[in-house]
Amino acid sequence: MKKKVAIIGSGNIGTDLMIKIIRTSEVLEMGCFVGIDAASDGLARAQRMGVDICATGIDGLIKMPIWKEIEVVFDATSAKAHLYNFGKMEAYPKKKMVDLTPAAVGPYFVPAVNGDSSLSEKLGLTVDLSEDNRVNVNMVTCGGQATIPIVAAVSRVAKVHYGEIVASIASKSAGPGTRANIDEFTETTSEAIEKVGGATKGKAIIILNPAEPPLVMRDTVFTLSDQADKEEIRKSVHNMVAEVQKYVPGYTLHQEVQFDNIPESEPVFIEGVGYKSGLKTTVLLQVIGAGHYLPEYAGNLDIMTSAAMAVGEKLVKV
Amino acid sequence: MYIQDVTLRDGMHAIRHQYGKQQLKELAISLDKAGVDAIEISHGDGLSGGSFNYGFGAHTDWEWLEGLASELNHAVLTTLLIPGIGTIEDLNKAYDLGVRSVRVATHCTEADVSRQHIEAAKKLGMDVGGFLMMAHMNEPTKLAEQAKLMESYGADCVYVTDSAGALLMDGVADRIKAFSDTLDSKTEIGIHCHHNLSLGVANTIVAMQHGATRLDASLAGMGAGAGNCPLEVLIAVLNRMDVPHNSDLHMLMNLADDVIRPLQERPVRVDRETLSLGYAGVYSSFLLHSERAAQKYDLKTADILQELGKRKMVGGQEDMIVDVALDMAKKRA
Repeated sequence: MKKKVAIIGSGNIGTDLMIKIIRTSEVLEMGCFVGIDAASDGLARAQRMGVDICATGIDGLIKMPIWKEIEVVFDATSAKAHLYNFGKMEAYPKKKMVDLTPAAVGPYFVPAVNGDSSLSEKLGLTVDLSEDNRVNVNMVTCGGQATIPIVAAVSRVAKVHYGEIVASIASKSAGPGTRANIDEFTETTSEAIEKVGGATKGKAIIILNPAEPPLVMRDTVFTLSDQADKEEIRKSVHNMVAEVQKYVPGYTLHQEVQFDNIPESEPVFIEGVGYKSGLKTTVLLQVIGAGHYLPEYAGNLDIMTSAAMAVGEKLVKV
Repeated sequence: MYIQDVTLRDGMHAIRHQYGKQQLKELAISLDKAGVDAIEISHGDGLSGGSFNYGFGAHTDWEWLEGLASELNHAVLTTLLIPGIGTIEDLNKAYDLGVRSVRVATHCTEADVSRQHIEAAKKLGMDVGGFLMMAHMNEPTKLAEQAKLMESYGADCVYVTDSAGALLMDGVADRIKAFSDTLDSKTEIGIHCHHNLSLGVANTIVAMQHGATRLDASLAGMGAGAGNCPLEVLIAVLNRMDVPHNSDLHMLMNLADDVIRPLQERPVRVDRETLSLGYAGVYSSFLLHSERAAQKYDLKTADILQELGKRKMVGGQEDMIVDVALDMAKKRA
């Protein structure tokens, strides 16, 4: 029998996740779709799709009869609202929470990295998903989900001193929540590059491009690591891309992995790291969305909700 | 007229963000003595712009800014912040180092991303400029709506920022007029030009004639692409027009030729490559990155720039230069 979930937040991300669960999950089913704006497009969409809705936030959800059956709560609101929602969950320690905001209260979770026990052990990542634990995993950011697996792929071959990512997304795919809190994206992603990607120092950059027709999400990863066998790094990156593709089919390498030697005689000066030489690896990615809520250009939505659904499915199986 | 010097910020692009700390300090002091009203200092791509994507600086922003505020007698120490690259934490650090004016920059259609940063800067009591980059990519009335948003967040001044040096004089006039019609009379209007079509000075003057009161310029045009509006030339023109300002023409002329030009590894001028930027409407900072990619993948810089324009790349997408170059190299093979 499928397990019931609730989604809080009726914006782009919440709505996309709902459609994804209804159309593709063999493990999860929608129990309730929760918003705070009765007139939102997301709630109307849920109603049309036959999903029970609640327009009074988590407080309303907890009072509903269906609440007893909900096993996983996905939070697709904002970092600030998540703190409130997580507080409300305290009285229900058996219910698991998946946080899609950049609040970063719980441990970061990137399925291709944390889900691979040998890799996560090597990188020192332990996220305890067991039943008697109050679980609240954080999905980092869309850019983080797209790029951190690649940083980790280099990390499993050579020590990464610095990991930098650039996420370019279509303006139309960035909702008001994302726009009002762009610092949370850069800060949360930077931190997760270090904590999950294994880089000593992380840096994240996000660009909104308003081109029409909208451009597909692009992500670029740069790492500076100790010198290592380039072929081994290349293979590790290709394997990682295949791993992410299992839950995000539109995730691809747009170019072959590029390498530059940074010689000891001409080191780069990195804030927080100092002068460093070594091997620079550049990975150019593209994320074509599944087109569930927004069209295919919104790979940023797709990678976030696909990763969250993968985690949700894992949580009910633990 | 309020003259803001950008030699030590936009000028960073021309020398791959490699000003030495002492060199930058001496230049800032000289500019202050020459009477410019504001001096902008940071990595070319704003606070925390140092990266593989944009190039690492010779120093951190904090090293460049440290100890400068107390050396300036007239000029306001100012900096640049691009949301998505720099953060409010960076802004706070700059404030602690004595920076009292900041420009918060977004692409010309994305002003709402600047809200938290403009509000934070106002809370600190800073003078704040909203900087609408690649202004040629948005039509005048829509650009003015974006300016209105920045004003509503608290910006004291909003700029028409012609990052690609692609605007013609009518295009500047129409945008400044739209700002005048839309913004509160207390909000100032600024202009930031690039010289890619040789219109840096002309466009700045046109903007002034339509209501701009804050003008950006740099010594010998030191800046991305073919550079900015050359400061010493602008001052000469303002003198001839009898427009009041605080700057000294002769000191600036000497600084431009004696100090700045010798620093330029690649001459900052209108040539085939920089003209291509203006002609294709491409972000001026792409120049040196594209020249490097052209060399590495055996392509022509102008072709890469044209393709970047065709793909509608915006400021900050330097990573796409190598991507475009690889695509072009594949096609050739």
